[in-house]
Amino acid sequence: MSDQVILRVATKLAVPAVLLFALYVQFHGDFGPGGGFQAGVILAAGMVLYAMVFGLRRAQEVFPTAVARFLAALGVLIYAGVGLVSVFLGGDFLDYAVLAQDPEHGQHLGILLVELGVMVTVQGVMLTIFYFYAARGREDL
Amino acid sequence: MEILIDFALLAFLGATALAVVRVRNLFAAVMLTGIYSFLSASLFTVMDAVDVAFTEAAVGAGFSTVLMLATLALVGSRVTEPQFRIIDVSVKVPPKRPVFPLFVVILTGAILVYGTLDMPAFGDPTNPIHQHVAPHYLEESGHEIGIPNVVTSVLASYRGYDTMGETTVVFTAAVGVMILLSAMRRRDRFGEEAWGDERVETLDIGFVDAFGSEMEGQGEGEDTGREGGAG
Repeated sequence: MSDQVILRVATKLAVPAVLLFALYVQFHGDFGPGGGFQAGVILAAGMVLYAMVFGLRRAQEVFPTAVARFLAALGVLIYAGVGLVSVFLGGDFLDYAVLAQDPEHGQHLGILLVELGVMVTVQGVMLTIFYFYAARGREDL
Repeated sequence: MEILIDFALLAFLGATALAVVRVRNLFAAVMLTGIYSFLSASLFTVMDAVDVAFTEAAVGAGFSTVLMLATLALVGSRVTEPQFRIIDVSVKVPPKRPVFPLFVVILTGAILVYGTLDMPAFGDPTNPIHQHVAPHYLEESGHEIGIPNVVTSVLASYRGYDTMGETTVVFTAAVGVMILLSAMRRRDRFGEEAWGDERVETLDIGFVDAFGSEMEGQGEGEDTGREGGAG
């Protein structure tokens, strides 16, 4: 599909907006609908759009499979790590109140980190699954 | 007015589901499942579950449609008519009527509908679900967590342990896909480079062909259309 000029130009315009919107969804999740799951999927969708128009090879130059796989595990690590840190700071597992000076700030910080972990994992997982599906079609070439 | 919108969306959902079953072109069926997800998302929005609607639109309509298209690029988008290889005219195969499956499906549906009769009315404030922890979340999360979106408070803080489990489940999905597809790859190549990163890099994308006008079915021999008959 990379010979379609309109698609290429439209994709080049759309992908940055999609990625930016994902970050908005991520950080606006405290105030409106959204959060880590949605942001992660939108981030992955931006990359998938890029891969669909410019080809899998070029998408993987930007975002290699190994990185996607790494991120999928890293997000779970961040999430569980926040839980462990709160244990070491004297609270219960995933009790964010002990993360900062006053409980409310601790909750904000904990939710921010945990949502970041969710986003990273979801993005990595979605891209990994997509890469593996899309690569299988051309295995016989 | 709102109940009218509910019923209209529900009718569309039913029509789309029927169309998915009836349509012979798998590409059209995949698109219809995307429409189904969007209709579900609209329904969730009308029911004020915007977070769920958002997820449904992003995952259901967006991402799973792409994955289905990628699968179609592998297996082809045409349901081929059944081909009988064994030419034995003397044996007359009577057309199989799906009476028993239909009976089971209708019975199961009737039991499910009967089960909903015992459930409390939708939106009733005296429902058990609104009597347990929900009032605490709604009243106290403002100064306990300090975040306007109660859904985020519940998801990330009050029920943070559950969300960690969900994140792990998502991760497990990726591990499962990697193991399944890599195992097939290994069998193809007799043990060389099971994870195949280099392989992936040298391959061009496969499923863009799904957007082309022609999708020649590689699965000619498959008799996927046996149950559906000659539609």
